[in-house]
Amino acid sequence: MTATAFDEVMGAEGVRLAYASVMKQLGKLESAEVRSRAEYLKSTYIDQGVTFDFAGEERAFPLDIMPRVLQAQEFAEVETGVAQRVKAIEAFLADVYSEGRVFRDRVIPRRVVTSSPHYHRSIAGIHWPNGVRCHVSGIDLVRDEQGQFRVLEDNVRVPSGVSYVITNRQAMVSALPEVVARHRIRPVEVYPLKLLAALRAAAPSGVSDPTVVVLTPGVYNSAYFEHALLARMMGVELVEGRDLVCHNGRVSIRTTQGLRPVHVIYRRVDDEFLDPAVFRADSMLGSAGLLIAARRGNVTIANAIGNGVADDKLVYTYMADLIRYYLAEEPILKQVDTWRLEDPAHREEVIDRLDELVVKPVDGSGGKGIVIGPAADRKKLEQLRATVLADPRGWIAQPVVQLSTVPTMINGEMRPRHVDLRPFAVNNGEKVYVLPGGLTRVALPEGELIVNSSQGGGSKDTWVLAKDGHRKKNRKKLKTIPMSLPLAALGEEESPQPRAQQQQQQQGRAGVAPC
Amino acid sequence: MLSRIAESLFWIGRYLERAEDTCRILDVHLQILLEDPSVDQDGAALNLLQVMGAPAPVEADPISSAVVLRSLCYDIDSTCSIVTAISGAREAARRARETISIETWEAINTTWNDIKAGQLQNLRSATAFKFVRERCAVISGVVDQTMSHDEGWHFLTLGRSLERADMTARMILTAGAQGAWDSVLRGCGAHHAFVRTYGGATSDRDAAEFLLLDRLFPRSVVYTLNQAERALLELDQHHVARAGFADEALRLLGAARYSLEYGLPQQLLEGLSRRMADLQRTCAQVSEAVTERYFAGALAASWQGGK
Repeated sequence: MTATAFDEVMGAEGVRLAYASVMKQLGKLESAEVRSRAEYLKSTYIDQGVTFDFAGEERAFPLDIMPRVLQAQEFAEVETGVAQRVKAIEAFLADVYSEGRVFRDRVIPRRVVTSSPHYHRSIAGIHWPNGVRCHVSGIDLVRDEQGQFRVLEDNVRVPSGVSYVITNRQAMVSALPEVVARHRIRPVEVYPLKLLAALRAAAPSGVSDPTVVVLTPGVYNSAYFEHALLARMMGVELVEGRDLVCHNGRVSIRTTQGLRPVHVIYRRVDDEFLDPAVFRADSMLGSAGLLIAARRGNVTIANAIGNGVADDKLVYTYMADLIRYYLAEEPILKQVDTWRLEDPAHREEVIDRLDELVVKPVDGSGGKGIVIGPAADRKKLEQLRATVLADPRGWIAQPVVQLSTVPTMINGEMRPRHVDLRPFAVNNGEKVYVLPGGLTRVALPEGELIVNSSQGGGSKDTWVLAKDGHRKKNRKKLKTIPMSLPLAALGEEESPQPRAQQQQQQQGRAGVAPC
Repeated sequence: MLSRIAESLFWIGRYLERAEDTCRILDVHLQILLEDPSVDQDGAALNLLQVMGAPAPVEADPISSAVVLRSLCYDIDSTCSIVTAISGAREAARRARETISIETWEAINTTWNDIKAGQLQNLRSATAFKFVRERCAVISGVVDQTMSHDEGWHFLTLGRSLERADMTARMILTAGAQGAWDSVLRGCGAHHAFVRTYGGATSDRDAAEFLLLDRLFPRSVVYTLNQAERALLELDQHHVARAGFADEALRLLGAARYSLEYGLPQQLLEGLSRRMADLQRTCAQVSEAVTERYFAGALAASWQGGK
């Protein structure tokens, strides 16, 4: 844990290859100029309303002026590794909610899955058209002290953040045009199209032109901006629970022309709130009867319900075995070593040195509940120990990983700050597409290792450089057709007299003020 | 289109127009106070607050312009202030964010950001009014130029027209009733158009005629009612009625317009206050009818099981 963090820009022999050209181009700008560009990024997000809701207040998501750059081959590893992981998770979820081969073959104990708070027995037997359950996944990666990518956690419920990948790129293109123009950066704005294609591919059988909607909890949800952006870019309706009506095992939306059937719901509402008839009865965010409609095969809910068992952090510890079991492949991406605190031997090993470790709740998201041992005081550690002993299934422990750093503008100065990476993967049933780049989150306070926006984190635009560095030339000759002009302007070109005469007229009254 | 979104668009139209017209009415009110020393300041202020539906201030002292401005301009807790209207428009826009164009959203959002930062209080009132008018014109222009003139746009136009008819009636009730027709014309941005149409020598009746009945001026009551009717007809395209009106909103609007447009010319100024109050009531009824027909489907159905 005393190891120092991997600096992504500076290596032992100077600036690393990935950043060489970016640093050169940035170096051409005066530092005051860079600061003013950073200011621009701030104000443009406020004008555009690129915000997230934090404790009831809308906040602009801080975007740093310094991009995070990955070379083609660096990202290739991420791409194949993430796709492999998504395929394994799909196979695992399908198995867990049907035969349970994985339990019989003793790869993972059944109780680990059934004791997960996100395991929903009620969905067993529901068939997901085209077999996809993780239409969208966000696999969180960090780079360890050697610069090696490692998976920190899987998010296959409702991963968020992809909208910032899209807006960050748009903002950076206008903030640093001269730097962007010098590089071939793989584009990210194709994401909504890929998502829409995957959602349409997941439509119930027999529906040739499905109606897709995005289901949002509403404007007070922290990711509302994202829901609206995705709906707009996919050209589909953004609906709230109250816009939905379930009747006779079908789902419709209320429109000004009456009810209109819906076939695919890309929902950004948590499982527990989706259907008050099955889950929380007091939920105002879903619609009673959604599950019946899904069971009858009339509507597809994406991502599938019950996916939470796969991103449970205790299940994470079995992921390497699961990949080998389902795909007969070695895992491409490493993980972070993890102690299962429910396992007496593991617990014994670490319970007295929590002060050196990171302790996480198994079902937390957004950095909630994480305790970083070296940064915690005695009282907090005592509390943690008691909580862990009371509910060992609920916790895991990991060594402190010094996340890699990238220079970040703090009060007008570039300072190293820790970053992570959340690549987004879309599964259309035939291929897992990984968006080139993903969301780089950066912890703004010095030394802080938790990067989540809810903990005061910011973000960086992530540039994945394409293999060949050249831009194509396109010089076609086109015929010019002159623009039309009004009569007066045409006349003036031929004879300049009228204006001269008007001027004469005024000057004629010498010595008199014009008015 | 979703009922909930349709309602949001309708209210974007209404709130923006409300902000702009409140600012026009306030501008007229303050001008009258300045230009005509014989006006009973307290009475005019009280009258204005009543017409706008603001609670009368408790203190018995003369109602100062600062009190009127707070109530109708800056106060976010007052239901009839400009700030509240802009905030309402922004909130409605946020709910319909994926439907309105990006430029529309940004125009509304930046206006709200400025106002939230205290722009109205920081500027002199005349400049603040100009700021609001111009921002509303920008938003309205962006709406018309960057959004399809489809169902959603018709709802927005309907909201805008209905609010304009309602607010013009209020403006006439406050200033027109005092005979300050010149100020009313200026407030509606109509003075120039009026003089160019009627020439310099005019009477109060001419001014009233222009503001109420002109078929070409976009802020006159008849023009505005026509706009609202057209929007309703566009929304109700499937329905071909041989006789009568299936749409209650359309019937109400038509009846109101006919009574104005086909009334006796010489009686134009008679019972003006009563007729303007009637017009406001009609606007409220039309709004209710539209809500019931197009938006009521958006009311939440609640799950009663498991309790």
